[in-house]
Amino acid sequence: MSDTELLPARKPLDQDWLKLLNYSFTLAFVSIFVSLTNMPVRFDTRMIIEPVFSMGYLSLFWLPVLLGFLVTRETVLEGIASHKKGFREVFAGAFVGVVGGGGLSLLVYLLDNFNVRDPLVNWSPQLRDLLSFQRSNVFGFVIWPVIGLILGSLGGSVHVVSTRFRRIVTWALLAVIGFAVFETVLLDLSEGFAWLGAEWLTDELYFIRGGLTMHGAVILAVLGGLFAAFGHGSTRRVKENFTALESTQRTRANIVILLLSAAALVVLPLFLGGITNELLANVGLFVLLALGLNIVVGLAGILDLGYVAFFAIGGYSAALITTTNRADSWPSWVPALTKAQVAETWWIPSVYWLVALIAVVLFAALAGLFIGAPVIRMRGDYLAIVTLGFGEIIRLMFQSDWLGGYTGAAQGVTNIPGFQIFNVATIKGTDPRAVFYLVLFFCVIAIYVSWRLERSRLGRAWMAIREDESVAEAMGIDTVKAKLMAFVVGAVLASFSGAILAAKVGSVFPTSFEILVSIVILVVVIVGGMGNIVGVIVGALVLIGILGGPTQPGLLAEFSEYKLLIYGVLLIVMMLKRPEGLVPNVRRTRELHQDEYLQDAWLKGEIDTDSDDEETALTATASPPNMGTQPA
Amino acid sequence: MPPPVHVKSQTVRRRTGVDIFLLIMKVAMSGFVILGFLMFIGQQIDPNNFIASRINPDATGLTAAQFEGLIISGLSQGAMYGLIALGYSMVYGVLGFINFAHGEVFMVGAMTGMITSNKFDDAGLWESNFLLSLAIVLLIAIICSTLTAVTMERVAYRRLRGSPRLIPLITSIGVSFFLQNVSIALLGPRAKTYPALPDWLSKKRELLGFISIDGPRLLVLIVATVAMLALWFLIEKTRTGKAMRAVAEDKEIASLMGINVNRTIVTTFAVGGAMAGVAGILWGLLFRSVTAVTGFLPGIKAFSAAVVGGIGNMGGAMAGGVTLGGAESVAPLVLLEPWGINGVSQLKDAVAFLVLIFVLLVKPTGLFGERLSSEDRA
Repeated sequence: MSDTELLPARKPLDQDWLKLLNYSFTLAFVSIFVSLTNMPVRFDTRMIIEPVFSMGYLSLFWLPVLLGFLVTRETVLEGIASHKKGFREVFAGAFVGVVGGGGLSLLVYLLDNFNVRDPLVNWSPQLRDLLSFQRSNVFGFVIWPVIGLILGSLGGSVHVVSTRFRRIVTWALLAVIGFAVFETVLLDLSEGFAWLGAEWLTDELYFIRGGLTMHGAVILAVLGGLFAAFGHGSTRRVKENFTALESTQRTRANIVILLLSAAALVVLPLFLGGITNELLANVGLFVLLALGLNIVVGLAGILDLGYVAFFAIGGYSAALITTTNRADSWPSWVPALTKAQVAETWWIPSVYWLVALIAVVLFAALAGLFIGAPVIRMRGDYLAIVTLGFGEIIRLMFQSDWLGGYTGAAQGVTNIPGFQIFNVATIKGTDPRAVFYLVLFFCVIAIYVSWRLERSRLGRAWMAIREDESVAEAMGIDTVKAKLMAFVVGAVLASFSGAILAAKVGSVFPTSFEILVSIVILVVVIVGGMGNIVGVIVGALVLIGILGGPTQPGLLAEFSEYKLLIYGVLLIVMMLKRPEGLVPNVRRTRELHQDEYLQDAWLKGEIDTDSDDEETALTATASPPNMGTQPA
Repeated sequence: MPPPVHVKSQTVRRRTGVDIFLLIMKVAMSGFVILGFLMFIGQQIDPNNFIASRINPDATGLTAAQFEGLIISGLSQGAMYGLIALGYSMVYGVLGFINFAHGEVFMVGAMTGMITSNKFDDAGLWESNFLLSLAIVLLIAIICSTLTAVTMERVAYRRLRGSPRLIPLITSIGVSFFLQNVSIALLGPRAKTYPALPDWLSKKRELLGFISIDGPRLLVLIVATVAMLALWFLIEKTRTGKAMRAVAEDKEIASLMGINVNRTIVTTFAVGGAMAGVAGILWGLLFRSVTAVTGFLPGIKAFSAAVVGGIGNMGGAMAGGVTLGGAESVAPLVLLEPWGINGVSQLKDAVAFLVLIFVLLVKPTGLFGERLSSEDRA
């Protein structure tokens, strides 16, 4: 590594000015855009620290810090000496902050002097007031470059301070913002643990109408900083000890961790209120869906954009089977006897939920085969569009008057009685805790199935297909069968989720199954990490839990208008910067960064440049021009 | 001694269950279409014939005027699909990926058109000097959608060249999702309307003595034809067009021949964006209502049109658009109604997707064959 010999710090004015201007204009543009989406005004009601700091201002403040940091960030190349960081970096950040902050000054001026409310719906006096901190325009005009100066130089100085200090500040901020975000859950928890005196704690931390109290924020920041300063070493030590364990011991430790988290998941909901349980149930539904899509996209590499079709089929088949009051709309070939005795007959699924479930699974598997078979030999991108087409076709069918006699057309199916489990309990939406347990049960099944499949012959076949289909076929893998299996398994997992949704909401509508749902699930899988079970669960927890699903609210209810926008941005950013996701799968990462791995190998001299083999050619084309500086 | 194994020199794919299933599906789909058409003819001859009275008791048959209306609306819709499809086709030809967000470029065109035409309407220019204001609206919409397309390429797609095939596709889904929601966040979620067209334009016209056509539809057909001719001229007759064709054929060789590949790709996006902008305005003039999701379905259908016509093939894209538009407008009444399916117009979109699936099953190269760069001909 080159960190031993650093060149002396450069002069503050020795800058790449074009880059600085570029970043400044990006900052100005993005902050104007964020303001015009009305995010600051909408989030202003959500307090982080009462009464001084709201999420509205946070939505503008993080931008100068980030861009001020990024403007002088350099990738350290192997074998190239880099400069010491110093005042130059701070100056660059400050410059970006000031010029970029000018964007908002301009906006304040424009807001005050022009009215273009006609196309831009958020062009409002409230926005002007917010941007000028409820004071005069001149104040608003002057303050934003100043704020930019402070925040931008903060971002720039991140390069200068020691890693330890950086970590402490990061943790302190994370603690404050994290506790503000999780307010609902924590309040809910403290009510559940009221007998432990937990309520006293949250009363101290939180203001009555939301937001942290001032002293609460200070305490949290100090605690976060202390944890980072002293706790970090010990967590790392625990991690190192864990990886150093022998495989049998590690398996045992893994099982213990698994059992503990399972116990926590079983016990915790008992202490949680309705809102949190509902939230967890929603997250669980998406974990199920995402695990299913993970098998199709993550393992087998098939981009199925019509995945919502299976969700819809699960939901509708469960709804239609368990809803007895639609019996008179059944086709004429169903015996009249059944129609009349539908409520009392023992095998009718509305009484016996396992039968309903088996039927749902059968329908979904058939649908998987039916949709999978025609698309399986298509090229990857054609397949994506055609599956999307199937997704739309299925929704249109459910919505059409043609099948409306059975599916209720646009009115959907209502009055679904919920799952009846052996006359013991009925699971329906009024009892979110029971729904959560049901979801948890299916999630455990899905996780187990994914985990086992990943290590099975079939799973390896999927991964081979993902890497190179022709090679996989040449190695004797029946690609058609393997891909069909991926479709079927994915479809069955999605149908579980659909069936639970039907029981939970008590009704299904065609509008709940739009293509948008497919895309949200795709975002969850990609942000979490394609092909990684833990990643997918983390993705669902973070995205669906905090921002919310396509129709379900998340922890930050204020975000509901913007969550799809944020999902779009996330999808782009992840694909550009980190296609392997937050919690990457090792093998997938290698596939996605093949060039870089080859480069590293080449730099280390593992690949011989003078030989004529295939790999060398690949490396030669993969290496960018600046790699001419490799060690001789 | 084991018996000598007979090895065929030709590779023959084993007939699997999937093949049989696909064969059955193809036969069933063709049979459904043919039978539907035969029954339709039967209905036209006698709405109460003995098959129709059983399967579709309330059959009435179509009058000539209705049929003509269907075909004209299909044609004008198809012309717009064709214009959008050009963008998909060109980008696919050059870069080998589906620019999913191209439908949103179309939406940007329609939205800018809505904003500017409403401003002109407020100023009174829309009424008094329609053609001038339409020209300006078209120009502004073309500029905006071209800028959108070019920015998209610069910010998102350029860095992804040479990455695995699905990565740019997923990115473009993200871009599409992003642009839709940007439109919602900035302009609000409600549907917005175009100002009414002047009377002299919106009335019905008689053409050649026997075709009667709505003014706006005639306008759509004329503008689409002009745009198509301009594009044809650009691609076949100019140096830029030659460069685009060369890059589509083989990027590396093209760059060796002194063509600036990056600039040519940007040009491709720009031209596709301009066509989508024109289509956006036409859409607005015809349907007079735009929302943030206006671009999504037409975008996907335009991609289907590009595939139907043979992707990478300019003439094919236009022909595919017209085919798809025609099928979408005619097929529900001609092929589905005779089966006694009610509410067929709701299944319009489903028909478009079924056409795509059918074409990909029967002739994956499209009606006119595809023209792809060498690395995509896998």
